[in-house]
Amino acid sequence: MNKILSLVKKRYIVLFPIVCLIFIAQFDKYSELTSSGTFGAALRLCIPICLAGVGAIYSERSGIVNIGLEGMMIMGTWFGAWAGWLYGPWYGVLAGFLGGALFGLIHAIGTVTFQVDHIVSGVAINILAAGVARFLSVVAYADVPSGGATQSPRVDDRISQISIPYLSGGEINDEKTFDLFGSLESLDIFLISDIFGLLGGLTRNISLFSILALSLVPISVWILWSTNFGLQLRSVGEYPVGSESVGVNVYLMKYIGVTTSGAFAGLAGAYLVIESAGIYREGQTGGRGFIGLASMIFGNWKPLGTFLGSGLFGYADSLQLRSEESVHGLLLLIVLILLLVAIRSFFVKKIKSAVGALSVAILFAIWFFNSSTVPNEFVFFTPHITTLIVLSFASQRLRMPKFIGKSYRKGEAT
Amino acid sequence: MGPRNFPFQMSIALKIKNISKSFPGVLANDNIDINIPEATIHAIVGENGAGKSTLMKIIYGMIQPDSGTIEVFNKEQKFNSPKEAINSGIGMVHQHFMLADNLTVLENVVLGLENASLKPINKKKYNDEIESISKKYGMPLDSKITIDDLGVGEKQRVEIIKVLYRGAKILILDEPTAVLVPQEVNELFENLRSLKKEGVTIIFISHKLDEVLEIADGVSVMRGGKHVGTVESSNVSKPDLAEMMIGKSLPKPPKRDTSASKSICLEVKGLNGEVLDSKAPFSDINFKVKKGEILGIAGVEGNGQRELTEAILGVYPIESGQISLNNKDINDLETRTRRSLGVSYIPEDRQSQGLVMDSSLIENAMLGRQTKERYRTKFYNINYKNSKSFSEEIINNYDVRTPGSATLALALSGGNQQKFVVGRELNDEPNLLIASQPTRGIDIGAQALIWEKLRDARDSGLGVLLISADLEELLGLSDRLLVIYEGKIVKELLPKEATPEVLGAYMTGLEQ
Repeated sequence: MNKILSLVKKRYIVLFPIVCLIFIAQFDKYSELTSSGTFGAALRLCIPICLAGVGAIYSERSGIVNIGLEGMMIMGTWFGAWAGWLYGPWYGVLAGFLGGALFGLIHAIGTVTFQVDHIVSGVAINILAAGVARFLSVVAYADVPSGGATQSPRVDDRISQISIPYLSGGEINDEKTFDLFGSLESLDIFLISDIFGLLGGLTRNISLFSILALSLVPISVWILWSTNFGLQLRSVGEYPVGSESVGVNVYLMKYIGVTTSGAFAGLAGAYLVIESAGIYREGQTGGRGFIGLASMIFGNWKPLGTFLGSGLFGYADSLQLRSEESVHGLLLLIVLILLLVAIRSFFVKKIKSAVGALSVAILFAIWFFNSSTVPNEFVFFTPHITTLIVLSFASQRLRMPKFIGKSYRKGEAT
Repeated sequence: MGPRNFPFQMSIALKIKNISKSFPGVLANDNIDINIPEATIHAIVGENGAGKSTLMKIIYGMIQPDSGTIEVFNKEQKFNSPKEAINSGIGMVHQHFMLADNLTVLENVVLGLENASLKPINKKKYNDEIESISKKYGMPLDSKITIDDLGVGEKQRVEIIKVLYRGAKILILDEPTAVLVPQEVNELFENLRSLKKEGVTIIFISHKLDEVLEIADGVSVMRGGKHVGTVESSNVSKPDLAEMMIGKSLPKPPKRDTSASKSICLEVKGLNGEVLDSKAPFSDINFKVKKGEILGIAGVEGNGQRELTEAILGVYPIESGQISLNNKDINDLETRTRRSLGVSYIPEDRQSQGLVMDSSLIENAMLGRQTKERYRTKFYNINYKNSKSFSEEIINNYDVRTPGSATLALALSGGNQQKFVVGRELNDEPNLLIASQPTRGIDIGAQALIWEKLRDARDSGLGVLLISADLEELLGLSDRLLVIYEGKIVKELLPKEATPEVLGAYMTGLEQ
């Protein structure tokens, strides 16, 4: 019990919004806030961002800023669609992986071997990737009736999806089993149906690709924090001079880090094509590479945190796609959070910020009670503004790799 | 003096034989010949540029000598890389720690021991081994802590353990005390003594003679790339050693009659600092600095000196009290205005406060005066021409050794950086100089020059507030002394009635 109390005390910043959300979801109008449908969609929307973000950890922990994620993702979408169309979806996954890795390698050559500024090289990658994708489309789909310069033909097959038997209605020997989470969710009991909404959404109709992508999160934790390779990679981003003095191959670690990052971003692109759209379209990535980078920062350069950050974005995104009405409920959430901030500031005697937070809370409250929907333009913007707000709150306690963004020349140790 | 004779036979751990090394234009090591016996602490002293670092780099395999040989435990060795040196039992603790800050102690120690494979690290095994080493040599260490959370002294301990873990029998410490506070120095010395007892040979590079005499068994002195001689520390006095080191006798801050005039340059009345961590860093401070006087403030570091100087500059906020410069109240003035009224400041940390390390000396010469008319053109651009000539003036007048004024500040040695800062702050005829630790961590030559310049400035009528942890400096330079303890002035003394012992008693609160 004491343990739980101290956990609540430490994490109230995270727990408070969740509790508020569950309360708000009790109103019929806002019930979509915690439905299994919302969570299921959130998961699918968060995976590409999560993949890009987790990949970026490999690059950034080795000291290379990877602002070229977007471009590597574009390569993932193009190659994923092309190979998926020609040979089938799993080949698409593989091709997307390799396409992203290729562009990661280019970034590595630029930043590690030729010591180009990381931002310059990354921006170049983004521009180059967009151009290369256009060029390849023109070449590859010239004679294909359903393809063209800006889009590919459809990838016909899908990667198979599974549900967990008994818990969320998966099949055993072609027979549908009991859907425990679903039936609990539909009971409409406070808290219980919300929690099982979440669990159902995360376990029903999950594609194998999603499982592969999600498993990369714990695998990355293990690789980076438990193996010799991971240790050397992390040390390189922190203090390469020291790493080299004990015999670590600094350049190799950086190359592997950046290329892995590209490969993950490529996977993310392939996911967009094969799982979501079924087709490559120009501009399909829509800045998800950058959001992946943001969620990595949110996650403090750690895989689990990155997953949470991308989950937040995916959640907001799925909310605005599925139910514009429930976005209105988020206004109330903002009011409650600002009230918490105001109270907290008051108790640590920061009167100015307490007053500020309180007055903004009142403004939002007036908005909330005098409207029934949020204007469409704002609804569309929800995921981005959510990410922005959370990021700005989180950024105060971040610890980035110390040597990030600096070029390193071999032999500086001597 | 040749290789020394020992009262009883000891085996030689490291024999340096006729090592020479030249770089374009300099003979960094000229026929060096030193024997270092096993299980002793051997100091190598010399001014900056005497060739100590080059010699150590040769021993550690970082650079190769032009001629000469090295014998480790009576076996001739030729190292092409540090790795080979490590394999023959030589380890080096660099002045700048080779540690990754967001990794744990254990991770730092085992980094690079195994190949970069996907093999998991056997943390338990390493943990036990590190623990047994730290126990054996009396250096307590929690291997699960992140380096970020450790103090400087503990980081150094990690470095030593890292080297010992790799099987070092000969330990090279490059200026290990430069980054430590006095208590940490004592701790380090205890660790070194217990290492010696366990049979480790320690080579201790330093230019602080007091420390060398305290810890070392034998001392080899280098000057201008030559090995001047090796002596036993029990048979040598500090002045003798200094004379060997710089070729003349030790500079002393010479005492002189006071040249203080009647007029007051800085007056501080009833000054209380703003509360920080539920405690005011200083309270009820009253003092006057007259023109042509050096007022020294003695105290153990962290007793409010830094906040006090920053309050006078207008950086640290004050609760109450009055600060006046030349009888004019400057309480409400911004820092920039205070500086333009002639307040000069030598900050205690030249690298983070005194200079912009990534900028050239030309740009650094403007710092603190960037708004002055002479540094802008009529279109309000930066006037680089004036700045360049000013920086060259400093370089010439203060003997700053640098290839030129366009050199980046980080390329200079500590002493030269400090000389540049002092030169900048003493130029422009300031009304008041606040000098905080003006000679910390620099070589004797630079120290002597800075002392002389401070004295000259005083004689020409400048009021100086001197904050220092170096008692000798305080006693030698100050006209009057104040002792600060826990943020309060506890005693005023004249240098002639103060000895280090008396000062020490007040500084530590033994006497009130």
